[in-house]
Amino acid sequence: MIWSIAWRNVWRNKLRSSVVIIAVSLGLMSGVFSSAFMKGWMGQRMDAVLLTELSYIQIHHPEFKENYEFRYFIEDPDPIMKEIKYLDEDIKLSKRMVINSMVASAETGTGVMIKGIDPEIEMKVSDINKKIIEGTYFADAGRNPVVIGKKLADKLDVSIKNKIILTIQDQDGNITSGAFRVAGIYKTSNTGFDGSTVFVKNHDLATLIGLEPGKAHEIAIVLPDKLDLEEMTEIIAAINPDLLTENWKDLSPEMGYMDDLMGVYMYIIIIIILFALCFAIINTMLMAVLERVKEIGMLMAVGMNKVRVFSMLMLESIFLTLTGGVFGIILGYLIYIFFRKNGLDMSIWGEGLEAMGFAAIIYPEFDYGMIVPIIILVILTGIFSSLYPAFKALRLNPSDAIRTE
Amino acid sequence: MNIIEVKKLHKIYDQDTHPVHAVRGVDLNFKEGEFAAVVGPSGSGKTTFLNMLGGLDDPTEGEIMIDSVNINELSNRKKINFRMNHIGFVFQAYNLIPVLTAKENVEFIMHLQGRSKHDRELRTKELLEAVDLADKLNVRPNKLSGGQQQRVAVARALASKPKFILADEPTANLDSKSAANLLEIMEKLNREEHITFIFSTHDQRVVDKARRVITLDDGMIKSDVQV
Repeated sequence: MIWSIAWRNVWRNKLRSSVVIIAVSLGLMSGVFSSAFMKGWMGQRMDAVLLTELSYIQIHHPEFKENYEFRYFIEDPDPIMKEIKYLDEDIKLSKRMVINSMVASAETGTGVMIKGIDPEIEMKVSDINKKIIEGTYFADAGRNPVVIGKKLADKLDVSIKNKIILTIQDQDGNITSGAFRVAGIYKTSNTGFDGSTVFVKNHDLATLIGLEPGKAHEIAIVLPDKLDLEEMTEIIAAINPDLLTENWKDLSPEMGYMDDLMGVYMYIIIIIILFALCFAIINTMLMAVLERVKEIGMLMAVGMNKVRVFSMLMLESIFLTLTGGVFGIILGYLIYIFFRKNGLDMSIWGEGLEAMGFAAIIYPEFDYGMIVPIIILVILTGIFSSLYPAFKALRLNPSDAIRTE
Repeated sequence: MNIIEVKKLHKIYDQDTHPVHAVRGVDLNFKEGEFAAVVGPSGSGKTTFLNMLGGLDDPTEGEIMIDSVNINELSNRKKINFRMNHIGFVFQAYNLIPVLTAKENVEFIMHLQGRSKHDRELRTKELLEAVDLADKLNVRPNKLSGGQQQRVAVARALASKPKFILADEPTANLDSKSAANLLEIMEKLNREEHITFIFSTHDQRVVDKARRVITLDDGMIKSDVQV
């Protein structure tokens, strides 16, 4: 019956309760949507990091990354790849040659990183083929095709089928150059990547520098969701103790940090919102207690003990907060649905965002796992907000309270 | 048989600063089935006396034995339970729970007592019939007249099967007809079911019905008359 009284008491002053419920709803709605927004935003950046730029795990010669020196190859990558593939058939792998070089057009020249890939195999670990905005992803049978980023194309002032010259230092230290024809232009959400990374066929690159085919500077690995990143990194490192095995958190520590931070970001936002709302709820509950002094006195007089009085007021506060919380989650979810479909266009800041590697159109991502923790936080807020008003009620003397006008 | 024994009862408010001696050495006994009125001018100590009888206030001196239990020696928790199980209260301003229906208001104390649903429903029906409100079971207090609300309050006070009922100015907010009707019901319950009623009142109609009239003046018993 205490539950029923508490619920009905919430609706005694409909206007006052509605104001608090609306405040909690709007607060939670903002919290839920901003969490979905951040998750979507970070998720898009993570996808770019994992599927376009880094992949999940990379293997290199231990000294390769010090200066990206040509000579530090993985001598025989195929058996290593076979062994990793044996761990789980859903693991995707691609070997790459990675060479710092100069690229030049008739207009200008700049430094780039060439990635020599097998286009078919690379598609399994990278989504660069899906980012093509002009031309094709190595579909032309022409000689020495190259896929470059939009930013680089603009800088070099080249377009599809234009020729560019790649200048590379070969394994003997000699400078060698080759002409490549632009087969495709890609655009990712990271203009830094677009301006500095070009893709050529592994075979063409090996021919240019006179290298035996089969060697690689880098093995890129994409793991299925079922496998744990850290655990797999350790296993793969143990298989290849002479090579350097790093996961994306090692390769891009700032992204690792942001990913970890995202886990607590939602809670920080929600807790700040709920903490601010606490004061409105305390105020409402306090008013509810002060205008019911006589009634609370009567309840105590006829035999309602302190635990029950406390529970009744605490339940009122929880119902008030929870009603707002549930509405807030639903509203936040509806807004999420809308922007999930339509995207939140932040193109006005697009240039700056893309320079930092973030997409300009954000598709929020709802974390269903956060519903229960949010509801628990809302209930805790209700309990916390009821403490002062409830203790105030408990200090009432029934005989004085009954005589209150 | 005495159900209440009051010995040398004193109550002094603000003992340290401006002491007010509200009750001065009252000695009284109440027997089962009494229909007693405590009367006296404002400030004579009626309400203070009734509050102490109901365990809502502690005496400064003296003792109150109810069914051989000294209620002043009970802990707060035990006192609340004692009130719930042994004393029924009727207040001047009815003091019903506004969000509950008449039926739920009556059931409420039985709920606190942990009585079964069947037991609660049976007794609620019985009591609301006794106060002529069988047709108002599901009506909330704001839809009832003052007299009807006070009758629900009487039914609620009886719900816990108390040893006695303390009614503080029960007719003060009622018109003559409602007051007469309420008094008739309480008198009937007293006569037929031997329920003990102790009133504090200014109302001559209550005094006229009472079979014992205790007059307090300046915190002391001025007269104690069996009618």
